[in-house]
Order: sequence, then structure tokens, then C-alpha cells
Amino acid sequence: MNEFIITEKFTKCYGKVSAVQDLDLTVYAGEIFGFLGPNGAGKTTTIRVMTTLTKPTSGRVQIKGFDVVKDADKVKKLIGVVQQHLSLDRDLTVRENMEFHARLHHIGSSERKRRINELLTYVELNDFADRMVDTLSGGMKKRAAIVCSLIHEPEVLFLDEPTVGLDAQARRRLWDLVRRLNADGTTIFLTTHYIEEAEALCGRVGIMHHGQLIALDTPLELRKKLGAVTVETLVDNKETRYQYFADRAAATRYVQSLPPEAKTIIIRDSNLEDVFVEQTGQKVGDN
Amino acid sequence: MLEALNDVYTILWVDLRFLRRHWRSTVATSLVNPLLYLVAFGYGLGRGISFGDVGYLEFVIPGIIALSAMSTSFSGAGSKLNVDRLFYKSFDECLMSPVSLYSIVVGKAAIGVVRGLISSFAILAIGVYLSPVLNVTPLFLFSLFVSCCVFALLGVLIGLVINSHADMSTFSNLVMLPMTFLSGTFFSLSALPVAAKAVLYALPLTHSSESLRAAALAQPFPWLSLLALFGFGLVFFVGCMMALKRNSL
Repeated sequence: MNEFIITEKFTKCYGKVSAVQDLDLTVYAGEIFGFLGPNGAGKTTTIRVMTTLTKPTSGRVQIKGFDVVKDADKVKKLIGVVQQHLSLDRDLTVRENMEFHARLHHIGSSERKRRINELLTYVELNDFADRMVDTLSGGMKKRAAIVCSLIHEPEVLFLDEPTVGLDAQARRRLWDLVRRLNADGTTIFLTTHYIEEAEALCGRVGIMHHGQLIALDTPLELRKKLGAVTVETLVDNKETRYQYFADRAAATRYVQSLPPEAKTIIIRDSNLEDVFVEQTGQKVGDN
Repeated sequence: MLEALNDVYTILWVDLRFLRRHWRSTVATSLVNPLLYLVAFGYGLGRGISFGDVGYLEFVIPGIIALSAMSTSFSGAGSKLNVDRLFYKSFDECLMSPVSLYSIVVGKAAIGVVRGLISSFAILAIGVYLSPVLNVTPLFLFSLFVSCCVFALLGVLIGLVINSHADMSTFSNLVMLPMTFLSGTFFSLSALPVAAKAVLYALPLTHSSESLRAAALAQPFPWLSLLALFGFGLVFFVGCMMALKRNSL
């Protein structure tokens, strides 16, 4: 696979605080890469640097071989960005927002109209194209933000916490859209603090903690490294203890070896949250 | 060059859509203050006052047009930018696009100029109706345009450097409001002590008022004031570029 995003010893500091520290990361063309971590882990800062909104303090960040600082203009043509905070102009309609984005990317009038209509159909927003952004539901707003970011046909789409605040139905619909975009050839770089989102969508995930990348692999491999099966045991009716095993047979043997007073809660497949908790001693949603 | 102009129009286009949708309320609110000043100072306090051959109403109308240009251009450019940058975050979309920073600054200032000119022309129309002796010469119109540019750039600069919506009103109360009353808009600076003059000539509205008044009343034109306005415009433009470059690539 071709390397698409490369960071080398990338560090971003705000004053004396390191938001991201010595990040070495490669994202390949055509993959859905998930950046997982709690609030304040450095995910959004990483995206802001990759999308030319802020400069790295040190190190190198490249998109398709172009440096985000020296070749910012070339990078801007390759990227589409959906920010965590909805960055649509709420004084405009969906269509007007799309037109504005198309104009920003120097797309000519007839081509602009064609792409707007095509994308509105793609995300099923035709009936809402001339509605003011503020009158749309949360899920529709996100889809509108995504089509705006796609208007110049970027090669990579950055999605910063795309499903925050959405209900389960809207979230799943957005996941389908992300999968469809990826199937159509767009590389996806996605940050999230929802474990199930990373597991559902991402081919590989990187786990950030206090500005550092503490794990990087496919969700399956990360779970395997930890132990594919988890046993949750309630200790003294107060604390849940987690034990990890390579397979169910080993987990079952462990459960059978427990003293009779031990209360076994559950034997289940390990997930990324287990990986995260073991790596950091912190839950993903914690600050 | 053509692409840069096209980019300026793109940045302006969004704000023009907003203006088209809200033009009644936008124009009405920008006229309230100047009209109140016109009534209070022109017809109220100023009745019976004159400066040589010039009645107070004739004297004060160009000053009110200058302050209308100032307040509307400043808020027209600064307020929406402030909201786009800090609240909607839609300004980031401009920064992430291939549009140059120069075009962003000029485009964002352009809406202030458009709005400043609209409200100034409205006041001018009323002023000419009330006082037909006012001369609307090319030099007057040029001074008005330059004034709108200067204050729109100041609006963009403040919109780019402030960190909260409250900062915008703080700046308006601490800088713009005193400038409204002290910059020779309602009284002549000629009788003031030298030290006071030195301070007041450091304010752009003073030069705007003097240029517009001289052109409107067919007095000797203060070319140095026009030059000073260009200087202020340049300083504000450079300030905008520095503010943008500080945070973007």
C-alpha cells in the first residue's frame, strides 16, 4: 500500500504543554484509519496540523509527499475536513454552503452545479438542499458538512469526532456513508473516542494518550496482543477485575480455578476499550 | 491577479448572501445611531450655532457621515468575522482552502466597505436633502470609500485578534465610542490645545471627518489627512496579515 500521511517526530506544544509528542505515524492510501483517545489526548491537534490549520512545533508532517508547512497550498487541494464543531455557515442553506466550498476551491460554475447535485443525491439531502443549516437535524448537518468537504474531490477526508452528539440511527447512517466513501477510493482519517465506532469502521487504529501514540495496529491484532478473551470478575462486590486470555478455553480454565466465593460476571471477547484501559489505566471517555 | 480577485469575491459572496437575506434589519440598525446624532446635534444642540459662514447642520453632516462609515464598516466586517471565527468556526474553512491570505483579508474587509457605503449613502441622501449646500464631489466619494476601507480593515483586524465575543464590545466601548465623539465629528478641532490635537489626530476618524467635511463644504482639501487614512489602512492591513499568519500556514 502507498504511504499517504507520514508524521516523523511530530510535536506540537502550546506554551510549555505538549499536546502531541514525537508522533511517528504512517497512514496508507485507501484505508480508514482511526485515531482513538480520550478528550485532550492530542487527536484534534494532530488533525489541525495535518490540515494546515496550525504549525507543528517540531518534526515533519507530510500528506502524499507534501510537507504541510512548506507545501500547504498543495496539501489543501488534497484534503477534505469535517471538524468536530460544525463549521458550516449557519446563515446559509446547505446548497449555498456547498457552493461556497466549491468557490473556495476554484471549481467553475457548471462543474460546481453538477457536483453539488451529485453529492446531494449521494448523501440523500436533495430535499433539504435549500433549507437553512440550522433547521436540519444533527445527522443531516454532519452529512451536509461531509458533502461540503467532498466538493473538491479530496483524496483524504479528515473526520474529527464525526458522530459526537448523534443518536444511534444517525450514527449508523453516517458510518455507512464513511464506508461508502472509502469504497469509492477516499482515504479516511477519523478521530473518535467511541470504541464501537473505531471497531466498526477502522482497518487500523492508533491509540493516543497524553499526546503520545501508545498503540498502533488493527483492532484484531491489538485485541490479540492483549488477549482475545476477557474475564470480568467481581471482587468483594466492589471492584471488577479484568483478566485476558488467548482463547475461550484458557479463559474457562481460569474461571474454573477461581475460589467458589468469587463471582464471575462475564466471559466475552476483548475489545479496544480493554486495550486502552490496560495501556493507560484510564477509560476512553475519561478526561 | 484574476484568481485573487475571484477569491476576494468568493469570500465576499458569503457575506453578500447574508446581507441579501437580512438587508432590511442590517440597513435599519446601521442608520439608527447616525440619525439620532443628526437629530440631537444637528437640530437640537446645533440650532443657532455656526462656524463662520457654515451653519452647524452643514458642519456636522459630513462628520456624521464619517462616523456612520466608521461604525458600519467596522462592525460590518468585524462582527460577522468574529462570529464565523469563534462561534461557527466556519472561518477555518477559508484557512484550509487554497485561497490566499491576502484575498481573505480583502474579501472580509469588502463586506464592511459595502455595508459602510450603503449606510453612508443613506445618511448622505438625508444630509443633502436637509442641507443642499453640501457638495458631493468625486473627492468626497473617494474620501468616503477610503474611510470605509480603513475602518473595515480595522474591523477585520479586531475580528482576527480578539478571543471572545465580549472582547469585541469591549473594544467598541473603549476605542470606537470615544473616537465617535472626539474626532472632530461634532466640533471643530481648531480651537483645541496642541497636545489634545496631537492625540486626536492620531485617530483615523479625525482624518476621515476632516477630509469629508472639506470636500463637502468646498474648503481647501486636507491631502495630509487623506494620506494619513492610507497610512492607517496600510497598518491595519499589515496587522491583519500578521494576525492570520500567526495561526495559519
